[in-house]
Amino acid sequence: MDYFLELFLGGLTRGSIYALIALGYTMVYGIIQLINFAHGEIYMIGAFVGLIVAGICTIYGFSGISVLILAAIAAIIWASAYGYTLEKIAYRPLRGAPRLSPLISAIGMSIFLQNYVLLAQTSDFLPFPNLIPDFEFMEPVAYFIGSPELVILVTTFVTMILLTLLIKKTKVGKAMRATQQDMSMARLVGINVDRIISLTFVIGSALAAIGGVLVASYIGQVNFYIGFLAGVKAFTAAVLGGIGSIPGAVLGGLVLGWTESFAAGYVSSDYEDVFAFGLLVLILILRPAGILGKARKQKV
Amino acid sequence: MLKVSNIQTYYGNIQALKDVSLEIKEGEIVTLIGANGAGKTTTLMSICGITPPRSGEISLDGDTITGMSAERIVQKGIVQVPEGRRIFPDMTVLENLEMGAFLRKNKQLVQQDMNYVMTLFPILEKRKNQLGGTLSGGEQQMLAISRALMARPRVLLLDEPSLGLAPLIIKQIFDILKQINKENNTTIFLVEQNANQALKLADRGYVMENGCITLVDDADNLLENDAVRKAYLGL
Repeated sequence: MDYFLELFLGGLTRGSIYALIALGYTMVYGIIQLINFAHGEIYMIGAFVGLIVAGICTIYGFSGISVLILAAIAAIIWASAYGYTLEKIAYRPLRGAPRLSPLISAIGMSIFLQNYVLLAQTSDFLPFPNLIPDFEFMEPVAYFIGSPELVILVTTFVTMILLTLLIKKTKVGKAMRATQQDMSMARLVGINVDRIISLTFVIGSALAAIGGVLVASYIGQVNFYIGFLAGVKAFTAAVLGGIGSIPGAVLGGLVLGWTESFAAGYVSSDYEDVFAFGLLVLILILRPAGILGKARKQKV
Repeated sequence: MLKVSNIQTYYGNIQALKDVSLEIKEGEIVTLIGANGAGKTTTLMSICGITPPRSGEISLDGDTITGMSAERIVQKGIVQVPEGRRIFPDMTVLENLEMGAFLRKNKQLVQQDMNYVMTLFPILEKRKNQLGGTLSGGEQQMLAISRALMARPRVLLLDEPSLGLAPLIIKQIFDILKQINKENNTTIFLVEQNANQALKLADRGYVMENGCITLVDDADNLLENDAVRKAYLGL
């Protein structure tokens, strides 16, 4: 039972990170039906900015959790700027083009950003400082869940609650939903749709940056290629939950996290990806739109 | 008040509007009738800035609005109720109405207008927390009109509000349009295939064929016009 609980919490931690990144995929898809393949690279850039800022902060004598917070804030701002620019130069000019064109543009941006970081930094794995201190109050339960996991869980859940409130309650959140449901009607009520799309990219990128810093600090290293695997996993989570659905992305992330964690724990860690993608195939056969996805009604 | 002069609108290489001109005076109800594919919807979309004309001019009170963004045009007071109602399906009735008032800042006036549309269509009050997509066709049309009214339009453009509705509901909606026109002096430009009903409501009418305006007259005269009776009224 103890082992089960450990795997459960490990899966929850892993899954909440997947969910955080998956939100960026699903929000963008919901609004412009584009799979933003460069989203994983935004996550990677967030991690790198976190690394640089953490270094600077350490030099200036900050320590512990304050470094993590400063690094995360810097990563959020920087990654958001990347997300905004990405949409503006790579996707906006292709609005109204066939759907394949922005998709190829997205793959291009993904390759470009990877190589840009490769040239600007290095191809080696860089060590990332452990920014999450061991809390004393975690001592009694340390066998099941450590301080880093706790910080990841709390951060992701608070972020998701804030995001939900933003989308449900605020005027701009309602405008986002309106744009998602009917873009040309949103224009007709006076919503500046381009601004809403930009905002969606900014929010998605900010979430990815939070994920990037948390994971890098947890795992302890970064590299220009980390965005690819994280991106593939989060994309899988988004599709699993039903792409375009925000609760779907969260659920998909958690299901994926648990699947991997239990597969690694009870079978073998070599097989965790087999189980994860096997689950994806299974769900897509049984529910092609994903767990919470709605089959798109074709307008006639 | 609203003046459209010689506009030409294209979809790619296909010309949808050929030299269309029309004028609507303040407080008038004007209708545009014509067959499927004549260019009626394109005319409205051109006015609203969704499919901007390639040439020609559209002006409101003498100010050119051609080339303005859809958002600015709504701000100027030209608001459309599009064909097929286009309710935001996964938002509640109240949220749909709030979206109609998206550009307005004065919360008190917005609330006042919210109460006004609920007195026009009391059914919306009952349905206010229901999702838009779950309403019946008639209720959705009422919501679509109310959503447009929430922007305090000076000119209300309606694209086939009678589409797919029962005759009784159509009559109710047209009566309300008359009431809105009288009470608020809202100018109404109504695109319809239901020529008979539209001409009975309107002061004047335009007839459109293949992207051109072919006839303009007082609505009463159009109802008597032999060509119109034959082509659009089935008499």
